Order: sequence, then structure tokens, then C-alpha cells
Amino acid sequence: MSLRCQDFGTPAKQGAASITVTIDGRAVSVPEGTSVMRAAAEAGIMIPKLCASDHLEPFGSCRLCLVEIDGRKGTPASCTTPVAEGMKVCTNNPRLSALRKGVMELYISDHPLDCLTCPANGNCELQDMAGAVGLREVRYGFAGENHLTETKDTSNPYFQYDPAKCIVCSRCVRACAEVQGTFALNVSGRGFASRITPGPSLDFMGSECVSCGACVQACPTATLIEKSVARLGQPEHVVETTCAYCGVGCSFRAEMQGDNVVRMVPSKDGGANAGHSCVKGRFAWGYASHKDRKTKPMIRESITDPWREVGWDEAIAYTAAKFREVQDRHGPRSIGGITSSRCTNEEIYAVQKMIRAGFGNNNVDTCARVCHSPTGYGLKQTYGTSAGTQDFKSVDKSDVIIVMGANPTAGHPVFASRLKRRVRQGAKLVVIDPRSIDLVKGPHVAAQHHLQLKPGTNVAMINALAHVVVTEGLVNQDFVRERCDLINFQQWADFVAEDRNSPETLEAETGVSAQSVRQVARLYATGGNAAIYYGLGVTEHSQGSTTVMGIANLAMATGNVGREGVGVNPLRGQNNVQGSCDMGSFPHEFSGYREVKDDSVRALFEVMWGRELDAEPGLRIPNMFDQALHGSYKGMFVHGEDIAQSDPNTNHVTAALEALDFLVVQDLFLNETAAYAHVFLPGTSFLEKDGTFTNAERRINRVRPAMAPRSGMHEWQVVAAIATAMGYPMHWNNGAEIMAEIAKVTPTFKGVSFERLDAEGSLQWPVTDAAPHGTPIMHVDGFVRGKGNFVLTEFVPTTEQTSRFFPLILTTGRILSQYNVGAQTRRTDNVAWHPEDVLEIHPFDAENRGIGDGDMVSLASRMGATTLRAEITERVPQGVVYTTFHHPVTGANVVTTDNSDWATNCPEYKVTAVQVAIANAVQTLVAE
Amino acid sequence: MTAAAWNAERARAIIDSHRSLRGALLPMLHALQEEFGYVDADAAPLLADSLNLSKAEVHGVITFYHEFRQSHPGRHVVRVCVAEACQARGSDKLVDHLKSKLGIDLGETRADGEFTLEAVYCLGNCALGPSALVDDQLMGRLTPARIDGALA
Repeated sequence: MSLRCQDFGTPAKQGAASITVTIDGRAVSVPEGTSVMRAAAEAGIMIPKLCASDHLEPFGSCRLCLVEIDGRKGTPASCTTPVAEGMKVCTNNPRLSALRKGVMELYISDHPLDCLTCPANGNCELQDMAGAVGLREVRYGFAGENHLTETKDTSNPYFQYDPAKCIVCSRCVRACAEVQGTFALNVSGRGFASRITPGPSLDFMGSECVSCGACVQACPTATLIEKSVARLGQPEHVVETTCAYCGVGCSFRAEMQGDNVVRMVPSKDGGANAGHSCVKGRFAWGYASHKDRKTKPMIRESITDPWREVGWDEAIAYTAAKFREVQDRHGPRSIGGITSSRCTNEEIYAVQKMIRAGFGNNNVDTCARVCHSPTGYGLKQTYGTSAGTQDFKSVDKSDVIIVMGANPTAGHPVFASRLKRRVRQGAKLVVIDPRSIDLVKGPHVAAQHHLQLKPGTNVAMINALAHVVVTEGLVNQDFVRERCDLINFQQWADFVAEDRNSPETLEAETGVSAQSVRQVARLYATGGNAAIYYGLGVTEHSQGSTTVMGIANLAMATGNVGREGVGVNPLRGQNNVQGSCDMGSFPHEFSGYREVKDDSVRALFEVMWGRELDAEPGLRIPNMFDQALHGSYKGMFVHGEDIAQSDPNTNHVTAALEALDFLVVQDLFLNETAAYAHVFLPGTSFLEKDGTFTNAERRINRVRPAMAPRSGMHEWQVVAAIATAMGYPMHWNNGAEIMAEIAKVTPTFKGVSFERLDAEGSLQWPVTDAAPHGTPIMHVDGFVRGKGNFVLTEFVPTTEQTSRFFPLILTTGRILSQYNVGAQTRRTDNVAWHPEDVLEIHPFDAENRGIGDGDMVSLASRMGATTLRAEITERVPQGVVYTTFHHPVTGANVVTTDNSDWATNCPEYKVTAVQVAIANAVQTLVAE
Repeated sequence: MTAAAWNAERARAIIDSHRSLRGALLPMLHALQEEFGYVDADAAPLLADSLNLSKAEVHGVITFYHEFRQSHPGRHVVRVCVAEACQARGSDKLVDHLKSKLGIDLGETRADGEFTLEAVYCLGNCALGPSALVDDQLMGRLTPARIDGALA
């Protein structure tokens, strides 16, 4: 893996290489619209350049890339000149050479000559170009007016801006606009006074900058550079791997010095991110070497005892013996475990195998239970596959984009940038969300419609939209006739056509005007390629699965499935939540979503695993807690998940954990859950793992070790050792062998291997004999289940209703800089952006309660109470309050309830009736 | 020249009244400067919000044009042309005269808020140089005496 990637100067153009030009005597054929610069690069001729880069549109400002073209006057810039058939180009002759040298002299006359001590030394395009043009002197001298005394902006924790080194090529400005879509940078002043500015605040931290790092990546000098590079120097080797934050699954180059990470840079050929990143993946990896990290196994008899560090052998033997002891006393089904969607497919597969074959029961569940289990259920019922239908690239072909219950600019920022780019190109955007998320209105993006529905009324909204589609004759009859089950369709059409599902009737439930619902339904059905993207605002409800199926119905009825630009797109939360579901983490399913109850499936696994398997589906996470309190579930293996902080109704969860006889936690840190554990097994960070993550587009990406496990053992090795010590031998030599076993037992992974992933970069499952290179878009010729299945979606309001004592609805979510319970991001400089969780409250509701901006307030529900700071904002509508759950001190989940999705038990995080009052006042209110 | 004091409500109304225009940012900035004598720093977020632009973009435009002032000007604004034709007709001397008379440099406003002195590059009045704008009144064939008269 080479340290420097080739830059072709301007973006690739689509299409056949139909235009042939001759550059310096070399013939090259390229697609129409390709720049002369790129054509030259493809012919192996690198024309000097500074303002051009192949992830940005050409700009033509640096005047270094001038060329001569036969039959044309002057010396046009090769970056902004498209090729024409038969064109003859000369890229180098004495005239061009003199011009370039002259330009470089001007640049260098106003540039500090501190190359030897400059952070970019060894990786500086300005330095390279000075070399390329043969600069030997600067006739103007260095004494003239210059920018060398300008002050550095070090306000951002991760990168610095040194205007003294700036050549004002505007690459950063264009990267912020074109790639990230934030437009936080611009050029202020004019002429000699031109300067890159992060806006009127004049410092990066105080500006609109979201710290995605695109500008730093684009900078050809050391003007914008990572502080880590300034501190450590240039990297010497690269490990290509995958980010471990969200479900976008960005490919990164870990640029290393020995086993130290110098920086993480997004890979240009990353299937999911195409060279882009966000503040978390790009910069927030320091937690991997944080001082809180535990690297030695620890045990204790009782949770009130202090931890005792032990060797791996002792920890493994102790764990195995204790689990067996619990089973001897309370029966084989008295123990179980939870797999982590933060870990690799290989690790997850190992944990569920240990439970099913080693523990001898199916008490395995995963954190997907609390986020996207309704997606798995709903899409399987309707289409036959528990996954989204598209790849991310598909959005480039969408004409209408509905974002429902998702906040991509915070939760899935790299995908959001892609989506915003499509909106800037003219696609129409609809946001269905109680909150005014950033996509509703911002620089160069505005939603055509914002359906600001009341939390908990998603099904009513979807039914109202479907009502319009059916009653206004907007159904795609051909699609339905060819591809769907007609009997079910007719039942569904009759159901949604009923007057009780009309937008007018449901207006009172949703709080959204019937007219705008009708407009959105018409737009979705007739506006061209229409795609729905959704997140936890859809799934984490008592009717989460119903909404997912409602969305799937709507897409089928309008024919918006099975090609580019359309589809049903769950924006999955965790880096490997798709994978954890695929790997058989649910109590009722083996890998590939095959029922444990199915004798033929079980027989296959019994042969493969050499062990008789339990035919009875096991416990789901909430059932584990209930059974623990009931006394029949006594031992648990928690794999990389902080259930004491992330799961709803914290008091109930911790009581359950306390009731266990034996709890094992495998994690990087002593998290909130570990407080109840008897064994702590140190885990590995993504920088140490050797395996795969599967992102929201079913893309299997390689995770490659940049360093050896700090704990001395891979997580799957530990799991295999525990199973072996329990009497069920499990052994693999490496991650590749685990994937080989997964491929053998999982039809949709049949063609997947580390070897093929390394060769092809990534693969989107199903990877089968019929689709050897994977499946970017699903259900192209027909639904996986055969005929598309319309499911009736009766709206049943949640039982969690407001009352006189709890008059507000709390909904929860995430922000850009923090990730979930914050175990990682809180241990990085990302806290600079979000030092604490705040409660967003509408000015009207705040005024009613005498709450001022920044006041500490109590937030109480029927379950519990917590205290946090109020932020008065119109982002939330009247009657709704909003907070995040990134900081354990806030304990936002102390107030959330036990309500859950009827089909999958996914918790209803998004609707909790609460009261808010100035801190200390709430107790009296509740007591009344 | 009397300008109203900065008022966000009023600024919002001015911005709103220009929203339907194509390329509305420049007309808005002109109208704000007309009203308040300058473009207040607090105007950038209002403009950005109204036009779905970033604050940085608005800032970029405001700072690009010397015409847009970022602070309150004096009660009288004198803009002397220092482009080639006027230079040939002796505008340098006129500038020197004004600097010493007003006690301020080009681009400055006097501490008592009476005068602002600015340079401009061509007023399209080259045949009659040196020229200046005194409170938006174009004057040609200027001499120190004539400009003293105008400022008296």
C-alpha cells in the first residue's frame, strides 16, 4: 500500500472512452468531458498543478497547468479544458516551462522558506511543484509585502490553520462546499488581501465548520494540517481498514509510524465513502490508546470486591468454570449472552457459536434489538430480506428523497454529504420528523416539505400517504401486477383507502396538515425515482415494525423498488449492526436469517459444528432482564456493549444485572455495565482487529490490524478459548478461517473470503454463484421472497401518553461529534463540541416553566428522573423535548420506559411522556 | 448623510423585501448599507438564513466589495478617486490635503465621527479629474480650496 495516492487532477467522467487525443505524442482515449489534465494523467503524464485535485471540480486558478494545443491560441489551463477529438496537446516546452517557473516564483516570494521544519515536509505539493518546474531563484526577493506574519488558528482540537503558508488555491473552500456540503469556508477580501476564512467568526471552532477534515485533506501545503502530523511527522506506512463508528462504514487509510497511528485519511476508492469522512472517523480514534483502556483480564468474586488482574489462562478457566457451575445449578438455559454490533463479523460469529454450541442454548441477542430489529423483521416480511435495498451511490440517481426519523448530518454524516450533493443538483427533499433537523434548512439545502409530525404517529403518517397513493390513482399498477402478491395488495389497498386512514382524518393524530401530506404523497408517487431513507425515529417505537412495513408497502405500491435511485434505505446505526444480524445474533435465527426451529437448517449446523443444537429460540435482551429478576436467568456474557447505559429504563436493567450470579463483560473500558460484572475481559479496538464489518448497504469491508492486540489476544480467540474450556472445542488460526466457515454455513455469504475482499475492496451480500461480485441493488428482477407482500398496518397509538403530570414528549437522538453512549468519543477531543447532554425545549414550553437558556432542569418520567441543562430552541416543536444519551452522567435512559415494538421488542426510546422543571422543582410537581 | 442605528428587526424586514429578487444578496447588502450606513456583523447570519447560504459565503461577499462597510462611517464620507486619470490630474495632492485637514488616513473615520475618508478607483468622470464623491455628490475639477468649500 503506497503512502501517496495518484491524483488525476479532475474527477473521472462516466461513459465510454470515445475521445482520442494525442498528448506529447502519446495517444489516449477518454470519455467525453474529461479534462486535458486528466487525459494526460491517464497517459502517464503529470502536468504540474496546485489548485486541481480529482475529488474537486476544476477551478483554473493556479495557472501552473497551462498547456499548448494545436490550432488554439494562448496557453489554456489543462484542468478546465475538456478534450476534443483529435486534439494535439503539448504539456512541456521552453515557453510553458518559463511560464510555470514565473508563476512559482510569485508563489514562493510570499511563502515562508521553512521547509525543513514544516509539518508538510516530505508531503507538500507546493514543494513538489517547485521541484517539478525547476525553481532555482526568486527574482522578486522576499522583502516585499507578504503574509508571513499572519497568526495561526489552532482553535480546532485536531487541525491547525496557518495562513502564512496559504497559497489561496481554494481547494479547502471547494472541498467544504462540493464534498462536505457545509460551505463553512470562503475567501475573504480580494487581491492581495485574499485570505481563507471560516466566516465572520474568523476562527474554526466558532464557525459553521463540522470538522470533517475534507479541507485538511484537500490542502496542498501545511496551511491546513492535522495537529497529529505536526506533532509526530509524516507516516511511513499505510494500513487500509474500515471505520468503527456508524453504519456508513467508511474505508480509511491508517497512516502509521511503526504501530502508532499518525492520522486516519478516508480512502478515495472506499465503496461507501469515496474519499470522504466525518469528525469521528477522521479524528476521534484517540480512545484506542486512552489511559482508561484496560488491557489485562480481571476477576472478582462479588461485585462489591475490588478487581484483581489475572493472566488470560486464569480468566478463561474461571469464566468457563463459573458458567458451567451456573448451568449445573440452574439448568442449561440459565446463561446466555449479547453480541456486539461494534465488533467484527468474525467475533460476533464466534460469540453466537459459543452460545449455541458451547452453552447449548439460543440465548443470544444483540444490540440491534434496541435499534434496527424492526427493520430486519419488517423488510423480511415484505420483501424477504432483512436489509436495505440499495447502495449509498443509488442516491445520486434519486429525484425525490424522503428522510424519515433520521438525522443523517449527525448520525450518518458521510452519507448526508452525498445526499446533500444530490439535493443541490435538484432532487426534491422531504423531511418527516418532529424536529427541524439540519436538512430542513441550511446552506444550499432546503426540504420542499417538512412534515413535523407528533412523536409516535409514524404509522398514521405512512397510512395517510398510502391513502393518497391509492385513492388518487397513483399506484404503479404494472409493478404491482408483475411483482407483488395481488390478494394481499388488494386487502392493503382497501384498508388504506378507508376514510379513517385519510390525511384529513389523521390530521388530529399527526398534527400535520392534510394538504401537505397529499402533496408529499403525489411527489413521492410521481416525481421520478423516489427513495425513502429512515433511521431510529422509525424503528424505536411501539409500532416500529409496522412503520417499516408501511414504508415497504408504499415503495412497492409506487414501484419504487428494484433499481437505482429508489428503495427502502435503513440508515443503520452501528458500524456492524447489519453484520451482527447477518451473523446469527438473534435468538431465533442462525447466520443468514435462518430459523433455529427449522429442522433442516439446524441439521446443517449440527453437522458443521458437531454438536446437537437446541431447537427452541432463546431469550431476547428484555426477556433476559425479566428472567434475571425472576431468577431463572443467572449468567451472562456481554460482548462490547454498555447495556446499563444504552438500554431503556436503566433502573430495571441494573436491577437485573445485579440479580445475576455471574456476569462477564468484554470491552475496551470498564463501562457502566462492568460495575455489575465478575469477569472483565479486555477487548481490542478496531485498529487491532482482523476481520470484516458490514455496513448499512450490506457492504462487507475489511478491517485490518494496524497494530497487535494490546490485550495480547484477539476477542474471537478469547471466546474460542472459553468455549473450549467449557468442553466445546472451538479453534481457528485467524479471521480468514472464521470467514471461510461463515461462507460455508451462510448461503448469502457463499462467495465471500478475505482473499476476494482484499482483491475487490469490498463485496455487498448476497455474494452467490448467481451474483459473484455481490449485489449493490436488491430485488432487481423480483423480490427475494418471490412476490412482494403487502402487510396491513393498523395505527395503534402508543400507551405512553402525556398527562397532566407528564405533559411533554421526550424524544432522544444523537449529535455529530459524539457516538452513542460516548464510550469512545468522550475519550477524545470531540468533547470540545459536546461536553454535556442538553435538553432542547421550545421557547413557549420553557417560558411556561420559567426556564431560561442554560438553566439546569429536571427531566422526569413515570420511570425516573435526571438533571441536565436546557437549551431553548425552535428546532423542537411545542410539546416536544429532545436530548442525547452520550454522557453517562445525564442518564437519559433513566427516564425512558419499558415500552417496546410489538414484533421485536425494540424499545420505544423515541416517545416518553415527561415533565420538565427548573432543577429541584420537579420532585414537588411529581409528588402532587 | 444620516443613517439609522442598527436594528435587527428592521434589517430582517429589509432582507425579506428583497427575497424575491434573483441574486438577492447584493441588493440586500446595498439596501442594508443604505439604511444603516454600513453592514453590521449581525447581518451575516440573517442574510445567510434568508438565502440558504452559509455565514462564510456572506462574509466572503461582504469583504470582497470595498463598497460594503463593516463599521459605522462618519457623518460625512469623502471618497477621492485615486485611479490613473485622476492621479495624472493631481489627486495625490488632494488626498494629502484631505489627510492633513481631517487628521485621518485613507480608510479611516475621525474619532469625533464627523468624517470618513476613502479612496475609490474611478468614478467615470475622468475628463473632469480629479474627482471625488462627497456624501454621494459627485464633484470634478477639484482643488483643495473647492473641496474645503464643500466640507465647510
